[in-house]
Amino acid sequence: MAAIFQGIGAAAALPSAKKFHSQSRRFVSARKGSLFVVRSDGRPSLVLPRGAAAKADASATSTASKPGHELLLFEALREGLEEEMDRDPLVCVMGEDVGHYGGSYKVTKGLAAKYGDLRVLDTPIAENSFTGMGIGAAMTGLRPIIEGMNMGFLLLAFNQISNNCGMLHYTSGGQFKIPVVIRGPGGVGRQLGAEHSQRLESYFQSIPGIQMVACSTPYNAKGLMKAAIRSENPVILFEHVLLYNLKERIPDDEYVLSLEEAEMVRPGEHVTILTYSRMRYHVMQAAKTLVNKGYDPEVIDIRSLKPFDLYTIGNSVKKTHRVLIVEECMRTGGIGASLTAAITENFIDYLDAPIVCLSSQDVPTPYAGTLEEWTVVQPAQIVTAVEQLCQ
Amino acid sequence: MALPLGKSKRILQCLKSKICVVGLGKNSFWSGWFHHGCPSSMAPLAPTCRNPDAVLVNAATQFATRRFESTKAEKHVDSLCDAEGNQLLDFPGGKVAFTSEMRFIPESPMERAHCYRVLDDNGQPNMSNFVQVSKEVAVKMYATMLTLQVMDTIFYEAQRQGRISFYVTSIGEEAINVASAAALSIDDVIFPQYREPGVLLWRGFTLQEFANQCFGNKADYGKGRQMPIHYGSNKHNYVTVSSTVATQIPQAVGAAYSLKMDGKDACTVTYFGDGGSSTGDFHAALNFAAVMEAPVIFICRNNGWAISTPVSDQFRSDGVVVRGRGYGVRSIRVDGNDALAMYTAVHAARKMAITEHRPILIEALTYRAGHHSTSDDSSKYRPVSEIELWRMARDPVSRLRRWIESNDWWSGEAESELRSNVRKEVLDAIQVAERVEKPPIAEIFTDVYDAPPSNLCEQEKLLRETIRRYPQDYPPDVPAL
Repeated sequence: MAAIFQGIGAAAALPSAKKFHSQSRRFVSARKGSLFVVRSDGRPSLVLPRGAAAKADASATSTASKPGHELLLFEALREGLEEEMDRDPLVCVMGEDVGHYGGSYKVTKGLAAKYGDLRVLDTPIAENSFTGMGIGAAMTGLRPIIEGMNMGFLLLAFNQISNNCGMLHYTSGGQFKIPVVIRGPGGVGRQLGAEHSQRLESYFQSIPGIQMVACSTPYNAKGLMKAAIRSENPVILFEHVLLYNLKERIPDDEYVLSLEEAEMVRPGEHVTILTYSRMRYHVMQAAKTLVNKGYDPEVIDIRSLKPFDLYTIGNSVKKTHRVLIVEECMRTGGIGASLTAAITENFIDYLDAPIVCLSSQDVPTPYAGTLEEWTVVQPAQIVTAVEQLCQ
Repeated sequence: MALPLGKSKRILQCLKSKICVVGLGKNSFWSGWFHHGCPSSMAPLAPTCRNPDAVLVNAATQFATRRFESTKAEKHVDSLCDAEGNQLLDFPGGKVAFTSEMRFIPESPMERAHCYRVLDDNGQPNMSNFVQVSKEVAVKMYATMLTLQVMDTIFYEAQRQGRISFYVTSIGEEAINVASAAALSIDDVIFPQYREPGVLLWRGFTLQEFANQCFGNKADYGKGRQMPIHYGSNKHNYVTVSSTVATQIPQAVGAAYSLKMDGKDACTVTYFGDGGSSTGDFHAALNFAAVMEAPVIFICRNNGWAISTPVSDQFRSDGVVVRGRGYGVRSIRVDGNDALAMYTAVHAARKMAITEHRPILIEALTYRAGHHSTSDDSSKYRPVSEIELWRMARDPVSRLRRWIESNDWWSGEAESELRSNVRKEVLDAIQVAERVEKPPIAEIFTDVYDAPPSNLCEQEKLLRETIRRYPQDYPPDVPAL
């Protein structure tokens, strides 16, 4: 049950003074005419209505009367980050080369000059330790955003993320909270080599206490970044190395997306294709071919990797009765594996065919361009899979 | 392909992707080598080229150089002189004087770092420049140390009797625990390892609260989720103990950074053992605290043993104190069994940390007079005579008692009265804690997130269903509500 009400010129409640383990709720500041929704669990979030969130790939419809502005995905991330840093002085960034260098992918460009070295902190090459630092800072009231230069490097931070970040709120009996955002680029890039092509979402998905989201467009990148920063839980935001230069027109008005919602990219009737991050684009490319062949695929960008938005996914399964999962993770132990299990457990009665999951093979990503291309699911495979599924 | 670099040590990276040469300063050493902008055409070497063997730039291979604003432009004169006319070179990181004598820095010093101490073995002060503690503070310190000792003994026995599953004593380290806590303020945030309950005791954690945590009952602030001795209390500014070794050290640095951003009159203090100082987290935390100028006090309880590993197998440096210099951290070695020395050192460290924004490393030498934990029997790897020596002759509690007695602040009667009172209180606390209910089933699922998500709600429902169906398989004293 959700209550929807207009926030007319609602003033933002000032963030509470940095008390030790502040209990106050932070409310979303809303400009005139924006909508915010109180979710059934009582948490407010500023979202655009579902219909507005659904849009064709690579084009944006702005629900505001203003035309919006165009930017690249990494700029959208930066914009979200900057807005949150303006809004709340407790928000800070730490990571390698995020300061005057502006970040390896320019997500933090200009922020050090604007907010100072203390709020945009350059760390030495010790991922476990600076993640630990972020956790300690969060426990004493800050809201750090920890950047991994590449998600793969966060493997070094696994101890702090699993044993402390995910756990200390629980083991302390709720006395200490850890509102950190851990973000960085991952996924298979262009010939970056096996060590820089990791898909960490597979490894992290089991850790209790954390949430995971993956962005795929400038619109959802900004919205998810803001939501992650405002969340009281530790959130891991997965970006993709190859998506940083995507361009899109996004609304001028402030918006925050929900961390637990999937995005309807293309409604359809014949088959539900679930995907996230870069594979969304391969799926949409395959969708064009499929439409020409007379199929009507429903494409959902799941966005929330932990927990899954089984509401949106379930509704789709009940409609189409066929599911194809397209992911970049490796077959064994990936997001697709968990998603397959979750859908089967919950919606077996609605399935007309076994769930098909297209993933990368269980191999380290090779360097050679041709080999690398074939470890990643390609549109042709997606088309074939849909054709087989719909027989 | 290697391009001769001349006298500068700058390294060029050859990258296949198109990266333009960043605009180079007018005085740059490189301006004679490249045109500005993308070197897509062959850039012939300028006549100022110094190296006659230089290879022409290959058009297919493009170069990039990183430009750091902090580095000064290359000087054409590549060395400077100091006041005596000795040659210096301006390397990244600062000026360094040259020497013509090849001399390796020895791996160990001629003499080990001296250890600061105030009270001798008989509890008599050997010099006068220590922080004069008042009678109140001294007696409170002593009473707290004694309480810790009694509490440890009784809880250890309780574990042996099977009443709690696990316990860790701090025998021999009471002075480190209590005297350091006494020198701090309640606003200083503590990031403990697991052998520092004395800090909590000083700050007012009651024996009942300790017992509740050890029994994991519903009054435990941790809601029964952690093993015994994993205390945590936000109102006492004591972060919940996490079993992982040394992970709290970088957390303390991060928290210090947050205090610094706030301009608070407080620092963070973190404790760890000789074993913990070997971890990667220790290294990076100290390094980074120095770089960030964070107000954090690192207290290493060098008690000689990491479970069964003696310090001779742990490191070959002169203990932990010398590492401070390796990171640019001011450090001191203190007699950890001397309450007044600990008090004085921590007092000074706190002032420096807060007013000068710097980390301080204190190595407190001591001895782990008890076993590592109730799962350990240290007589297996060290002589009982050694344990007995430290427990009896070098007991920090006795040493402080001798001092307060010599000031007429304590007496035999006060001693026996305190001992029997504490003993009774601990036993009572244990009895009470044992009888308190365990936390309800709902607490398995709360605090994983700020609000329980749907999958956890479902899992809770499932669990309740299962318990309802098979009550005989579940403990009867766990409330289902």
